[in-house]
Amino acid sequence: MRNLSMLTNPYNDDKDFDGCSIFGMMNVEGKRFSSRDPIKAIANMHERGNGLGGGIAVYGIYPQFENYYAFHIMYLSRDAKEKTDRTLATSFNIIYDEEMQTRPAKVIDPPMVWRYFVQPRKRRLGKMTADDYVTEKVMQINTETGKAFVFSSGKNMGVFKGVGYPEDVADFFCLEDYWGYLWTVHGRFPTNTPGWWGGAHPFNILDWTVVHNGELSSYGINRRFLEMHGYKCTMQTDTEVLAYAVDLLMRRQKLPIEIVTKVLAAPLWSEIDNMEPKQQQAYRAIRQTYGSLLMNGPFSIIVAHHGEMIGLTDRIKLRPLVAGTKGDFLYMSSEESAIRLVSPTLDKFWALRGGEPVVGKLRNPHKTTSLEEN
Amino acid sequence: MKTNLLPEFLVERDERRCIRCKVCVNQCTYETHSYDEEDDVICSKDENCVNCQRCVTFCPTHAITIRKNPNVNTENANWTVAAIRDLKKQAETGGVLLTGMGCDKPNLTYWDRLLLNASQVTNPSIDPLREPMEIRTYLGAKPDELEMEMENGSILLKTKLAPQLRLNTPILFSAMSYGAISLNVHEALARAATKCGTYFNTGEGGLDKRLYKYGDHAIVQVASGRFGVHPDYLNAGAAVEIKIGQGAKPGIGGHLPGEKVTPDVARTRMIPTGTDALSPAPQHDIYSIEDLRQLIYALKEATNYTKSISVKIAAVHNSAAIASGMVRAGADIIALDGVRGSTGAAPKIIRDNVGIPIELVIAQVDQRLRAEGIRNKASIIAAGGIRSSGDVIKAIALGADAVYIGTAALVAVGCTVCQRCYTGKCPWGIATNDPWIAKRVNSDIATERLVNLLRGWSLEIKDMMGGMGINAIESLRGNRLALRGVGLTDTELKILGVKMAGA
Repeated sequence: MRNLSMLTNPYNDDKDFDGCSIFGMMNVEGKRFSSRDPIKAIANMHERGNGLGGGIAVYGIYPQFENYYAFHIMYLSRDAKEKTDRTLATSFNIIYDEEMQTRPAKVIDPPMVWRYFVQPRKRRLGKMTADDYVTEKVMQINTETGKAFVFSSGKNMGVFKGVGYPEDVADFFCLEDYWGYLWTVHGRFPTNTPGWWGGAHPFNILDWTVVHNGELSSYGINRRFLEMHGYKCTMQTDTEVLAYAVDLLMRRQKLPIEIVTKVLAAPLWSEIDNMEPKQQQAYRAIRQTYGSLLMNGPFSIIVAHHGEMIGLTDRIKLRPLVAGTKGDFLYMSSEESAIRLVSPTLDKFWALRGGEPVVGKLRNPHKTTSLEEN
Repeated sequence: MKTNLLPEFLVERDERRCIRCKVCVNQCTYETHSYDEEDDVICSKDENCVNCQRCVTFCPTHAITIRKNPNVNTENANWTVAAIRDLKKQAETGGVLLTGMGCDKPNLTYWDRLLLNASQVTNPSIDPLREPMEIRTYLGAKPDELEMEMENGSILLKTKLAPQLRLNTPILFSAMSYGAISLNVHEALARAATKCGTYFNTGEGGLDKRLYKYGDHAIVQVASGRFGVHPDYLNAGAAVEIKIGQGAKPGIGGHLPGEKVTPDVARTRMIPTGTDALSPAPQHDIYSIEDLRQLIYALKEATNYTKSISVKIAAVHNSAAIASGMVRAGADIIALDGVRGSTGAAPKIIRDNVGIPIELVIAQVDQRLRAEGIRNKASIIAAGGIRSSGDVIKAIALGADAVYIGTAALVAVGCTVCQRCYTGKCPWGIATNDPWIAKRVNSDIATERLVNLLRGWSLEIKDMMGGMGINAIESLRGNRLALRGVGLTDTELKILGVKMAGA
């Protein structure tokens, strides 16, 4: 655990600056599949990363614990683990915990990684919703010791990430043993982050994950706006604000994803001025109210939570994102080649337009099965 | 009493160039120049000259040069030329020394110690000539959240928003009252604001009926003197501003001398012709924050909740706390006027010593409102010494929604910042109501100059935004990572919420 800084950008830059590859794959029937295809696809975009960050988010991996929050926590010291364990024990009923299964792989300075299945203690919860409570506790743990970091906190899903190429990170976490119905993967090319595991993507809060290629020129104000709503931006990275923005708008303010994408990549005024009056009013209200959450600068992202995978680029499309479908599968990728590698023929294939989202939804959000079982 | 004051400026005339056209004689309202018919020569009384540059600009042969008088006291860092001059003047008059325009002291400008960012490699800059670049701004209270639903692919908005002012560029014309400035200038400001899709502020002297047609682009002011305030006036504007204070003279009222109160001004202000128009120092119905709330809601009632209510204060030591109170009292917009803000007339000692720089106050107010979770409840307009589009963009990055410009607009019309507005004899026809002088400003030409200024600044703002890779102004607003400081102490950087350049 030498040389492991707790900072996303140890040089204290405004944020981290990186280029990336992103890939997402979802079975809209909710059938679970293995890591083979997503990892093969991301490995094909090897040149878009530089080995300083890779990560995977998978949905549907803990069906036997689906009612409990699954925490993945990385520890940089034993002390931090002891302290965090105490916090966890007083705040939650810990149903099960274990050191995560790993194997030696081509990753750099791995920390200790631990998995917990927890349930908020009823007495502590008070009037808060369980989700708000968990969010608060995650923020607390992430800032408390400086050496413990919750990198996954949703139910029946998990984030696996670290410093290395994504295929090596998958190897490290033995991902071939996991089956999920929705995978998002990220390969990273940071310019100012030599080796902080927490700084890799996907970023996560509850079951929300974001993989992001780009740089938010609006980060300064996005962050200050979210801080006004109680989010603590601890990681000095722009991707984090995307995750919190989606959480604020969708979970707390209950806006549908179609509207959320219009906040993050708002239509131009010239487009709004040409809409019919009622729509003009609505879109104007979005920009007036949520202007500080407009994500400005080049980005393409894949946002996911249970049942949904959303692809979006900035409104003038300064970073690539393509999508394709084949049968029950929806693919999104930085490059077409990665999709074609795992599915040479596609029913539909298209390049996303700037600011226009692609939303993949489960046909039946309550039913997920394993492809293996069929 | 023989005066001990030497002329501040010397008028030099190149006799070889002078053609005795007498333009200088006619243009100077301070009677500096005179023509001696017998000797066919033009003479100048140096002591009358205020260095307004009117004669210099209009002399067809460029024969005139105005120089600072080199005959000054022995150089002394404490007893400066200006300090000694003021002392002598006061000893001869026994009065409060008046001045015009904003504080002219150095070292109060933070804009010059803030620098902007630009994109290189990791994100692309955006070319504003080929890509959309949005600087449209809406002022007014914004809700905490919107209630919306999707219905057949279109959005159903359920939340009703407070009234909003739409600005095509984040620059408004600051409050300058009719009476302090001439009707022609007021009209030019109104027309330019209308043309550019922004707003002018009537100032505290009411709005002449002839200008009501520009009401959609007017912010009508209600100040302590209540000059010209009546229901039609309140409803003529797009928004109403309660003036508590002014950056040039925080804590004191105003004084429009009777000579400037012409019949037209008198009618607009609803006072007798030729009487002094005195604005009390405080608003006598606002002795506390709860009183402010009452006035805000009285105005909202009077305008049937269709107008945003702005409250303007001078930037003072506790502005952040005061601003928070103003927002909680119901202000939709808060206007902050810094120490360098201008005036038509103010005691020099107050102009130069009271109040604090606007940069620090923008930073503190924006931060405080965010800390209290109420930044969305009001927009911030910053004022006081904004000289260029660079200052505008820095103000917005610090946290302002828009800026007021006063001096910069007047300079566009012709002002040379000679600081003699209080005399009522402005040779440029701006700060005067003498009909013979006021007609020097042609409202058509002044409008064109103001429109050009706003257009130029807007283009420059877009250029700078594009360089930063930002194509909508809301992504710059309060985005202090776009700024870095140079030559600032740790404390200054902390208050501004800005990192040191290089860090």
